[in-house]
Formats: sequence, C-alpha cells, structure tokens
Amino acid sequence: MLKDITLGQYFPGDTPVHRLDPRTKLILTFVYIVAVFLVGSWGGYGLVIAALAAVTAVSRIRPKALLRGMKPLIFIIIFTAVLNLFFTPGEDYLFRWRFIKITYTGVDRAISMVLRVMLLVSGTFLLTYTTSPLAITDGLERLLSPLKKLHVPVYEFSLMMCIALRFIPLLIEETDRIMSAQKARGADLETGTLPERARALLPLLIPLFVSSFRRADELALAMECRCYNGGEGRTRMKQLHMAWQDGAAFLLGALLVAGILLLRRLGI
Amino acid sequence: MNPFIRIENISYTYPDAGQPALDGLSLEIIPGSFVAVLGANGSGKSTLAKHLNAILTPDAGRVLVDGMDTADEQNLLPIRRRVGMVFQNPDNQIVANVVEDDVAFAPENLGVEPAQIRRRVDEALRQVGMYEYRLHAPHLLSGGQKQRVAIAGVLAMEPQVLVLDEPTAMLDPRGRREVIAAAETLCRQRGITVVLITHHMEEAARADRLLVMDRGRIVMDGAPRDVFTRGQALRALGLDVPETTALIQRLNAAGMALPADALSPEDCAAAIEEALCH
Repeated sequence: MLKDITLGQYFPGDTPVHRLDPRTKLILTFVYIVAVFLVGSWGGYGLVIAALAAVTAVSRIRPKALLRGMKPLIFIIIFTAVLNLFFTPGEDYLFRWRFIKITYTGVDRAISMVLRVMLLVSGTFLLTYTTSPLAITDGLERLLSPLKKLHVPVYEFSLMMCIALRFIPLLIEETDRIMSAQKARGADLETGTLPERARALLPLLIPLFVSSFRRADELALAMECRCYNGGEGRTRMKQLHMAWQDGAAFLLGALLVAGILLLRRLGI
Repeated sequence: MNPFIRIENISYTYPDAGQPALDGLSLEIIPGSFVAVLGANGSGKSTLAKHLNAILTPDAGRVLVDGMDTADEQNLLPIRRRVGMVFQNPDNQIVANVVEDDVAFAPENLGVEPAQIRRRVDEALRQVGMYEYRLHAPHLLSGGQKQRVAIAGVLAMEPQVLVLDEPTAMLDPRGRREVIAAAETLCRQRGITVVLITHHMEEAARADRLLVMDRGRIVMDGAPRDVFTRGQALRALGLDVPETTALIQRLNAAGMALPADALSPEDCAAAIEEALCH
C-alpha cells in the first residue's frame, strides 16, 4: 500500500519542455508566478491560461494530471471563493437577503482569486511534472551558487536533498516490512480511535528511527571512504548547458509578462 | 616485490571495550595479490579492514600504505584514493538515485575534470558488468547488482587496493557469485590488489593467500589449500572447511587417497572421478 506514494510526480518524457535546462525552468516558473500576480484584467487571465495550455500541450502532460494535482487544494480554493464572494465590501448588490450580501465586485474578485490560485498551482506542477527531482536539485544548486560566497552551504543542502530522495523508497520498503512484522505479532494498526491508532504507530516508528540512524552512520562512513570532504574543490560530471531553446523560452516568458502588462494598461 | 600495505605490530581497542580488537598484528600485502581474511565473529577482521584506509588508526604500531603513515591526517585523502572500501549493505553505500551519478561521486569529490569523470565512470561500470544499467535507479536493482555498483563507485577513484568487508553477507547465492566473480576479475585482469573479508569458505578458497584471525591476531597464513588441511584447528576457532575439503577428508578417512588441494567443486569432482576409474 505504501508503494503507491509517488514522489516528485515526475512524468518522464522527451519533449522540448523536458529538454530545457532545469535552471531555465526554475527561473521561468518564478517569472510565471510573478506574472500571475501582475494580471489586472480578464484579458490577462486569458493570456496566462493560453500560455499554460500551450506549455501543457507541448510537454504532452494530460490536462487531467494537472487537475488531479489540484485535488488536495480543493478546500483552499473553496475557502478563497466563499471568502471573496460574501465578504467583499461594496454597494453594487447582485443578491441580498438579511445579512447575506453578494456584490458584483465580490463575484468578480472570487472568480479572479480562484483563477489565480489554480494557475499558480498548475504552473508549479508543470515544473515538477516535466523535471526530475534530481534535475531540480541540480538546477537550484547552480542558481544559488553565488550564495556560496556568503558561506551558505549550497552544495551540502543539495546533497541532503539528493540523499533524502535516494532513501525514500528504501524507507518506504522498510516501513512496509516493519508493519508486516508487527502485524504478524498481533499489532492492530488500522482500527481503534485516533489516539489508539497513534499509539499503535509507536512500535512502527521506533524501529524505523533506529534503523535510519544506523543507515546514516554507514552511509557517512561509505562517503568518507569515497573521499567526500565537503563541497570545496568538487567537480561535476554532468555540466548544464544553456542552448538556443533556453533563450527562446526566456523570450516567450518576457513576451508573456509584456502582454500581461499591456492588457492591464489597456484594461482589457 | 615491495609490499603495498605494511602493518607493523598494531593494536587497537574500541572505546569502552575491555578486550582489544587487534592485538599486536603484523602483515604485509603484496600488490596484485588476492588475500582473503577469515575469522569468527569478533575475531577483529572488520577492525583490520578499517585500518587499511585510515578509518581507524592503531593505538600502537603503525600502518603504511604506499609508504604513507595512516596516522598522519595529511595522508588521509591520498590513502583513501589508493585503498577503496566496500561494505556489507549495498543500500547504505549508494548516494545518488541514478547509477552513473553515484559512480561519479568519488571522482567528483577528488575534483577530477568532467570529461575524465565520464571516462572513469563508464570504465568502472564496464569492469563490473553494470554499464547497461547506468541510467537505472539503484533501488530497482538486485542485491548483487547494487553491490557491483558500489564496487564501481570505488573503482572510479582508480584505487590500487580494493577492500571488501563481507560484501556478500546480505546477498543471495547468485548475487554472491556475481560479486566474487567481479572482484576476482579485477584482481586477475586489472592487477588490483583485493582484500576480501568473508565468512564463506568457498569464497576464501579462491584467494591466493588466506589469513585466519582469532582474537585480534593472525593465527594462520598461507595458501588456501594448506590452511584448509588443518580442519581440526579451524573447527577449534569456530570455522569450518569448504564442503569439498570436508568431503575429501571423509573419503580419505574411509580409505581413499584423494589430493587434499582440490578446492573447487570441479576439481573435487575430477579428483573423485580419477580415483574411482583407476
């Protein structure tokens, strides 16, 4: 059952979007987030939706996958809608009954806020769907490398991320094994009240912790044996290269922002 | 030939342990040899292994690797580059979640040029027969395959010595054969010195030289065929002889005259056939 957890939600593929340098995708995702907040007109939303649809189509990600990613956020989306719908001050009433007031501005704002949240979420999902967790880590490390001058241990952070990703399947496997072992000895992990179930997890967590520490110990030893001595003076086998496609992607990103600002100025 | 590793009368006691784990041990290892170390649990064989690449340094005596004293901090990286070490559990030695990225870890640490790293990674993976798996995720490989990836990760440092500390203890028979075959090839064809710490007599039988340890000392040292003829003494140390040797000894006791040095199952079968047909 635990095997079903997919992490990073990466869909491997070989499309122009997949092939972009991870740094380009990270920067453009950031630009995209800013752009969504700059939108000030319905035309602007139309433009962002069109851009998102285009990228989704090029990367061959099924729109269904994007919507599925939205599921855990459904409450936040509904909450945002309700809050804006009922509590936007104004006099242009669309509907009024006792203390319940809905204004045109409220409807306007509710729709635009929901759109905004959904666009933000699907944009960032596109990044993780088309970029492997390792590539994201790698890209982040290189983007943040100027911080090394301020003695921020950028390499160590990225190594930590990398090792964490590496050990997730192992720990899941181990949890499964311990669960079976405890169940075989009569442990009841699935029924009972919440506090009871929480207590039942203890015999699961303690062996898991102990073995994780042992693993960490052994891994540290193995790393030392392979001459690990910090990020200083390290080289990398895989170099990232920006190609003309990355330039083109940046240009499209700039066009998107310019378009949004123009539509905002024109009020379309 | 000059020994590559020279151990001079070392002793080591673990913090808060009463008994010393190593007790006045001396040893010389000739380059290109295949040395197996046998011993019961707690005989000090893993402790000895950890002294070979300066993970532990002796309380008394000294260890020289390629002429460098392991006690000198300055020598740490040059020694670890020359003496690679592989441990029991392959899962806890693999750092990255793509095979080739993991193998690149050591040369990256050493600051090797990117193109050179690529060459070393490909070569190391080919040497252990894992080149086709270079883009796989390690957790999807079998135990024997993972352990071979771990060996490749060490080979990418281009070491002169490969220390394997019970590399097959967690593997199934097939994985065990794969790993030992890979180590043997590296020794015979690439001239890498292999030090194999093991529990399995059959693995030890394939070495050039067999050391038997007991309570922190080397109590037997010789060619496997010579060591295994001392079945009585081995059993007294909590060890056994390979099944082939045990069979030959029992047949000889029953009146046959078989050579005691037929260690591999093939040699043993041939010797019995010879004796029966003539």
